[in-house]
Formats: sequence, C-alpha cells, structure tokens
Amino acid sequence: MKIAVLSGKGGTGKTTVSAGLAAALGSCQYIDCDVEEPNGAIFLNPQIHKAIPVKVPVPSVDQDKCTGCGACGGACQFNAIAVVKGKVLLFPEICHHCGACMVVCPNGAISEQEREIGMVEMDKEGAFMQGRLNIGEPISIPIIQELKARVKDTGVVIFDCPPGASCSVVESIEGVDYCILVTEPTPFGLHDLKIAVQLVRRMGIPFGVVINKYTGEQTETHDYCKKENIEILIEIPFSEEFAKAYSKGSLIFEVDSKWKARFKRLVNELSLQVEGRGL
Amino acid sequence: MKIIVTSVGNNLDAFMDPRFGRAPYFIVVDTKTMEFDAVENESVAATGGAGIQSAQWAADQGVGAVLTGNVGPNALNVLKAAGIKVYQANAATVKESVEQFNKGVLNEISAPGPSHFGQGFGRGRV
Repeated sequence: MKIAVLSGKGGTGKTTVSAGLAAALGSCQYIDCDVEEPNGAIFLNPQIHKAIPVKVPVPSVDQDKCTGCGACGGACQFNAIAVVKGKVLLFPEICHHCGACMVVCPNGAISEQEREIGMVEMDKEGAFMQGRLNIGEPISIPIIQELKARVKDTGVVIFDCPPGASCSVVESIEGVDYCILVTEPTPFGLHDLKIAVQLVRRMGIPFGVVINKYTGEQTETHDYCKKENIEILIEIPFSEEFAKAYSKGSLIFEVDSKWKARFKRLVNELSLQVEGRGL
Repeated sequence: MKIIVTSVGNNLDAFMDPRFGRAPYFIVVDTKTMEFDAVENESVAATGGAGIQSAQWAADQGVGAVLTGNVGPNALNVLKAAGIKVYQANAATVKESVEQFNKGVLNEISAPGPSHFGQGFGRGRV
C-alpha cells in the first residue's frame, strides 16, 4: 500500500506525520520526495549506504554542422534555446529533456549530453530513500522519478511529499493508493488545503485529512471538512513539547508514546479501507 | 535607429514597465521619426524562459537597443550575443525615455539584475 503525505501549505507537519508513521510501523519503505530540502533523515537517522547521481539529457551542438537556421529554438517549448546571429545559445537548466531540438535539426547538429542535477540516496535495504536536488537547479522531477522507480511493491510505502501542489507534488503522488493531507487549523492552512484537495480529487486518489497543531477548537477547517465530506483521520495537538522535540530531531511519540500505537492504528485503518484487509 | 522600450501600455504616452521578459508591451520606436509599433509581449504567458523568449524576439526585430528597468542574466546573455545594447530607462513614459536616449544621457546596463524581477518573493531588490 502506497501512502503519500502532502499538505498544500508548508510547515503543517508532513514530515512529523510521515516520519512518525514510518518509524511507528518499523518495517516499511520511507521515501523523501522533497528533493529541494529533504529532512526526513533528521528524524529517522538512516545509514546512507548508496548514493546514485541523477543525470538528465540536454542538447549539445556540433558547431561544424550547425547552420544557425534556428529550427531548434523554434521547436523548444521551454525557451531553453535561443538562436541569434546564427549562433545557438543553450540554457540547459530549463531544458525539459524532450529531445524536440534534436528531432527538428535538419543537419543532425544536435546530440545528447548528460548533466547531473542531483542524487538519490538510500540505506542498505532501500527502506529509507531520499532525493537531493543540487542547489540552483529549478527542475526536481527527474530525481522524484528516480525515487519512484525504486519503490518496493510489497508492504507499506510512505512518501513524504514536497510542500505546495505543483509539478513536484503531482509527480510524487501519482499512482499512490491513498493521500494523507496534513493541515493546520489556520486560515492560511485552510486556503492551501483547499488547493491540495482539488489536486487529489482531480487525480482520483482517495484521501483524508490530519489536523496538526490542533488547539481543541472547532475551526473553519473542521467546518470545511464536514461540508465537503472529508474524513478527519486524526488531530495532533498543538504542543510546545512536540515542537521542542521536533527542533531536536525527535518524533512526537518519543515525547508521548501513545502516538506510536495511534500511528500504527491509522495505517491499519487505511489498509482496511484501501486494500480490504489490515496490515 | 530602431529601439525597443518596455511598457505597460501600447503608445508613446504609456508608462515604462521596468521588467523586460514579462513586460506587457514592447514599443518598437524609430528614434529619428518617433514612429512606433506597439506589440503585445507573448512571453507574458510563458511558464519559464520568458526573458530568453523576449530577447530572441528582440533580436529577430533587428533593433539596436532596448530601454528597460531590469534585465535578468539569461535575457542579457541573449541580447549581448545579438549585439543589442541595453539601457537603464529613467523616465516615466515611453516618449520621455526615448528622448533621454536620444540625448545620450542613459546608462548602459552591462550586468544583469536579479532573475524573475517583479514576480515577488523579494526579488525586487537590486
């Protein structure tokens, strides 16, 4: 069973929940898809055993064959190529690796060359995996794809997703069985939760909400979930102890041990819902 | 000389837009006759590489200079390769900027400003 943990608004508690679930379960696969700033390792303390560079193809121009016709620039949908005064200017960082430039070049002047954009790191069993995008790189998708290619097909897999609801989140949650949307009961949190809900609905993935930093009050967030028939899975209290623990790299059940059983129970309930049987 | 001025509007009395890549209009002006052509900038809709696309367009127009407020690193590379000089416009309207250019009082922009200028996230600081 593949579970993705996303949020919309950043800082609501995706890693608190996803790393908490993974550690409570013990035997499962945890994948940190927030490749711009992976932080699951701070809480799960894996022994990184293997690091694989992620490379993407970008165009390379053979100046002897190039006539400066500009067909490549015209074909590029991502503006990664400009052709001025018969000279090709390449902008490899925004290249989306589609190969169109290579196809349209009438003189075969364009070939592929590889460019490293980051790494995928994992522990010995592949139970912990994270991606890391090199600083300054704007496109994270190929690294998330490398992570997804190494997902185990048995057991529980937990994806710790990037914040937001754009391309990198879409790539992370595609094909999962269930989405846990972690939110905080604030107007900002609700605003972004609504966007995340639109996303998972459009992608047709069953989902539920975890309210983190819950103060005991019924809020607009509760009203929204009720109105939209969205299941609130659990409510994690707003707790200074939890926040302190987080700042030290500790999980919440290391402060309050009953959360270990609660997290396990949550995954078991999802398994019943999604797979028709418990863990 | 034919030059381009980045603008929020489609005529010489319109205000300058300090952005290059995503300026709503490019006003192509003949500096001698003040005849002009207002062109809607298609790069406004680009998800990425707006500066590159705008600079490619400017190069294809065969202009000698661009008057604007900020040019990012990618756009400036393309304009330089095309031999187009970029000047820091200092006046409120397109017409006034062209007049200043004709007087020769404008400073050339030789180093890029921040990329994604004008798109928020504090990138307006120079």
